[in-house]
Amino acid sequence: MSTNGHTNGHGTPLPMTKKDFSSDQETRWCPGCGDYAILATVQSLMPELGVPPERTVFISGIGCAGRFVYYMDTYGMHSIHGRAPALATGLAVSRPELSVWVVTGDGDSLSIGGNHLIHALRRNVPIKILLFNNQIYGLTKGQYSPTSEQGKVTKSTPFGSQDHPFNPLALALGAEATFVARAVDTDRGHVADVLRAAAQHKGASFVEIYQNCNVFNDGAFDALREKEPRKRNMIMLEAGQPIRFGEDNERGVVHRPDGSLEIVDVADVGEEALVIHDPEHRDPSLAFALAHLAERPIGPTPVGVFRSVSRPVYAEGLYDELEEARNSVGDEELHELLTGGDAWTVPAA
Amino acid sequence: MQLAGSRFTDATAMLGNDLATLPDFPAEIRAPAGTLHGVSAFQIHFASRDILTPGDHPNVLVAMNPAALKTNLAALEKGGTIVANEDAFTDNNLRKAGYQANPLEDGSLDDYQLFRVPMTTMTVRATEGIEGIMAKDQQRTKNVFALGLLSWMYGRPTEITVEWIEKKFAGNPGIRDANLNAFRAGYNFGETAELLAVHYEVKPAPVEPGTYRNINGTSATAMGLIAASVKSGLRMVYASYPITPASELLHELSRHKRFGVRTMQAEDEIAAAGMVVGAAFGGSLGVTASSGPGLDLKAETIGLGVMLELPMVIVDVQRAGPSTGMPTKTEQGDLMLAMYGRHGESPLPIVAAYTPGQCFDAAIEAVRIAVKYRTPVILLTDTFLANSSEPWRLPDVSQIPPIDPRFATGPNGEDGAFLPYLRDENLARPWAVPGTPGLRHRIGGLEKQHETGNISYDPTNHALMTRLRAEKVAKVADDMPPLEVDHEDGAEVLVLGWGSSYGSIRAAVRRVRMKGRKVASAHLFHLNPLPHDLEEVLRSYRKVIVPEMNMGQLVKIIRAEYLVDAESVTKVEGLPFFADELEAAILEHA
Ligand code: SF4
Repeated sequence: MSTNGHTNGHGTPLPMTKKDFSSDQETRWCPGCGDYAILATVQSLMPELGVPPERTVFISGIGCAGRFVYYMDTYGMHSIHGRAPALATGLAVSRPELSVWVVTGDGDSLSIGGNHLIHALRRNVPIKILLFNNQIYGLTKGQYSPTSEQGKVTKSTPFGSQDHPFNPLALALGAEATFVARAVDTDRGHVADVLRAAAQHKGASFVEIYQNCNVFNDGAFDALREKEPRKRNMIMLEAGQPIRFGEDNERGVVHRPDGSLEIVDVADVGEEALVIHDPEHRDPSLAFALAHLAERPIGPTPVGVFRSVSRPVYAEGLYDELEEARNSVGDEELHELLTGGDAWTVPAA
Repeated sequence: MQLAGSRFTDATAMLGNDLATLPDFPAEIRAPAGTLHGVSAFQIHFASRDILTPGDHPNVLVAMNPAALKTNLAALEKGGTIVANEDAFTDNNLRKAGYQANPLEDGSLDDYQLFRVPMTTMTVRATEGIEGIMAKDQQRTKNVFALGLLSWMYGRPTEITVEWIEKKFAGNPGIRDANLNAFRAGYNFGETAELLAVHYEVKPAPVEPGTYRNINGTSATAMGLIAASVKSGLRMVYASYPITPASELLHELSRHKRFGVRTMQAEDEIAAAGMVVGAAFGGSLGVTASSGPGLDLKAETIGLGVMLELPMVIVDVQRAGPSTGMPTKTEQGDLMLAMYGRHGESPLPIVAAYTPGQCFDAAIEAVRIAVKYRTPVILLTDTFLANSSEPWRLPDVSQIPPIDPRFATGPNGEDGAFLPYLRDENLARPWAVPGTPGLRHRIGGLEKQHETGNISYDPTNHALMTRLRAEKVAKVADDMPPLEVDHEDGAEVLVLGWGSSYGSIRAAVRRVRMKGRKVASAHLFHLNPLPHDLEEVLRSYRKVIVPEMNMGQLVKIIRAEYLVDAESVTKVEGLPFFADELEAAILEHA
């Protein structure tokens, strides 16, 4: 049982609750923002993970998502634009007993902080990265972001943007991420499932959460958030299961002869033809193809865990060795170090 | 050539001569041999009195090829000795170096004492028939031949070098023997050839009793940081991105796993600074290093450190700028960057090392200030300090004072509340690290409310916090001893310096005094804040001269802070001051 360190007076530890992880700070997002749902999910999930709040750290960058840390009653740092993965790396490596989470947005992690994101993923640093993707710059009031669709009309692109957007999951997979997943903000149960898996993963986990910015990009994820369309479009990935979806599970995903993926009617191909989801496959090809199945979240779109493989965690083991070394040195060793190999003595005259 | 130079340095120091060195190596990693920009020189200066500067004009130039001669001749004193490898003065090499005629033959070196030695031929002959040795390897040992020759000329002991060669190439007997043969051949050549009529003998210099070693600024910085880690009990996390000349520090620290040093090679300069902030948040001693271009990139993160009020040390091994500038050449061009190179009111303490060995003390001082005042501290060194070496008297480690991290262990507010920005008597805030029960808090780059640390846009609060951050940094001066002034009765002129020009300034001052003129000097170790008594010192002289290897940065600060009409003496050639240059400048102003 997870506890909050308090007891009930009989010496029995009390279980931790959502309250233990919720700070007294007033939330300042716009009413209706998707961030509220994610915050509530995370606060409720935390007690269940078994890590007390004082050993949990949230680090964010700049953007609306950055404020997340103020609302978690854990240790936290609202850092600078794009740098959270680098900061989290420094912390996680020097304090491996902590549970370190990064909260970031599409501008923060894919534009100004792109370099830190990919390197944290390739190193497989033990941190959990939550990317709130709203496909827009919210805090700076509505410029297009690196995940906005090409042609997006915003204040900075009155004639439509020229940029081809990033596919965040494909990018993470390309950066050798070992855990890659996606969820939709309002799907609280599913977000919790995905985050639970992310928390249990050893190494870096990367979770893209589609987050509605109802002020500057409202409706970007309606295909997955609205009651009727979501029945048609949500492709729930489940390990070991054939990939199928639709109101009556009537549609599915198959491999074309060239290896690429295609959406078909199950009735046309038969259930045996469907692709079985395998996030633990060493080869990221299927995960990559699934990431590209929906270039934009406007039609059938996979969510869930795309990839979850094990690879050595950055600097695992080194910490203990270094701590042991550090605790066994003192003045004597220091003197030896300073003396070096080539010292000489000048005697008093 | 760098290798031969450092061997000679070690042999010299062992003998008890004081020495200072100035490696001057080309930026291109593998510049074509024989071309002007591929020249690698190593200047060493030794004498029986204490050496203050490696700058000045050397007495001997060993020119391995025409390009080396051309590049270094200007620095050689008139009448000095040239030892030239005549084998390398081929038509092709002469052309590459831009010589029309062979300078060894056209009389252009008549003002010097010229020795022509067929070094290549003799080296090849000396290393013939060694098993496993290729012609290429034979050629390579000619630097060691030159080292042997110089060792004889200056009466250096051979045992140290022989031992070193044996150790260094223990795993490769062929190379070892080739080097030994070449070294002895050079030494013996010096002894037997009538050609070399001059034999210098340098008597040991009187030095303070103690245990000494040769150390360069990079190693001294690394050891200072390690000592600070041991003395504070803080785990060191060192993150940096490769950059000349600071990479050496990464290499050096990476070897010291035994002291629990955690080194990380970051994806870029910004990440290196970020990792350090993250580590500092977690209660580690976070250190990063770079040179000017990297410090530019780290500015934003250092600003975050100022706001978070967390201890960390940023080492800037200055090099000639702007932009990529001259990566292997020295300069003191980053003082303004360190002082003011961040947006907003963002003060932080700055410490500047002034000799290679003193980098040790400077590193400890930087850590001490960072931990005591919970602030990023910039430690300025430069290419010259990093690469030069001097005999360094080892400190008594038991006398190095401990550094107390004073981690917060419990609530400091009413009703068990924790106030992350409640300041102590030094205006420092509590260092409460994740994992500590009862102290959960959030910090960040946004302005903080006084004491609670909550986000605040309140106008008077911002004014208060800005003032508190500045006052805290100013308080560092309370810890400083009075400024040491090398005063002389009747002196009306003060030479005020900082950083690596220490040796040149002291040597120049000594020369000026030898000419019967009165002059005083002082050297700043702390550049921000400045010592309390600096103003009084400045005002007690009629004239203040500030020599700097930049266009005049400290002088601007001095003039602005104290309204003192200080005179600037500058040099921006990528080289340290020569004592004679400074001597002339002081005489002109004094
Ligand atoms: S601007 Fe958009 S993302 Fe930001 S708080 Fe408002 S709704 Fe949320």
